[in-house]
Amino acid sequence: MTINPDLQGRSYPAKEVYDVGREKIREFARAVKATHPAHFEVDAAKALGHSDLVAPPTFAIIVAQRADAQLIEDPDSGIDFSRVVHADQRFIHHRPIVAGDRLVAELHVDGVRAMGGGAMITTRSEIFAVAAGAATDAAREAVATATSSILVRGEGQ
Amino acid sequence: MKPTLSELAVGQNIGSRSIDVTRTDLVKYAGASGDFNPIHWNEAFATGVGLPGVIAHGMFTMGSAVQLVSDWAGDPAAVVDFQTRFTKPVPVSDTTGTAGAVIEVSGAIGALDAEAGTARVDLTVTSAGQKVLMKAQAVVRLA
Repeated sequence: MTINPDLQGRSYPAKEVYDVGREKIREFARAVKATHPAHFEVDAAKALGHSDLVAPPTFAIIVAQRADAQLIEDPDSGIDFSRVVHADQRFIHHRPIVAGDRLVAELHVDGVRAMGGGAMITTRSEIFAVAAGAATDAAREAVATATSSILVRGEGQ
Repeated sequence: MKPTLSELAVGQNIGSRSIDVTRTDLVKYAGASGDFNPIHWNEAFATGVGLPGVIAHGMFTMGSAVQLVSDWAGDPAAVVDFQTRFTKPVPVSDTTGTAGAVIEVSGAIGALDAEAGTARVDLTVTSAGQKVLMKAQAVVRLA
């Protein structure tokens, strides 16, 4: 199976809303061995000027990888998930993610480059917050940009 | 005490820490992140695809390494930009009561931008003597 070169430039629109919950922030923070009180205690987060618990700096990966799944699971992409290696990752935070946020992600395929028998694919998730009760295409606020490159190993790599 | 930009100098160390990793930690990270790729918990699957054994999620390593920066900055939300390249896998042995791998993290000021009000922290992240992250850089907004 080979990677479809036409993937470059493709976009996947925002789908379901991801509701950021306090317990999920706490769970993720524990999972990355974070101990800062702003992830666990609402009062500590408020003392720093945040409206609620603050997500750890890599929390947006949950939303970004859900968006990436649309591409990986797209039968037209030619990507074999068992041959995927994470090559690089970047998060640019336009504003902190806090509990109570309702997030959506729009996925863009920025690059597809053949490497040996495989390919390096660069995707960008533009993550927005939408107001409660709003449709995903309603007025939205830029929250984070998550860029990721995955290497899909070719046969024998 | 939060660090202030004017008191920092390029090359200054912000500290270091050592992170013990077990298979349980990888299962917890899989659950918390939703990344259930079996290379992170199933030995037979991992060796079957040519890996030395079960390896940590790259995002586990990235996510745990930045805690040094969050704590130093005094507010995790101060980390406005964080990036890395994943260069070497971190194999995690199947252990009981001891670490299956140890990740060593240290940070130093790589650049200062007074106009933007930010400091760039360059992280050195190793396991078993090998650099596992490259260009691990966190940009922190400071007063």
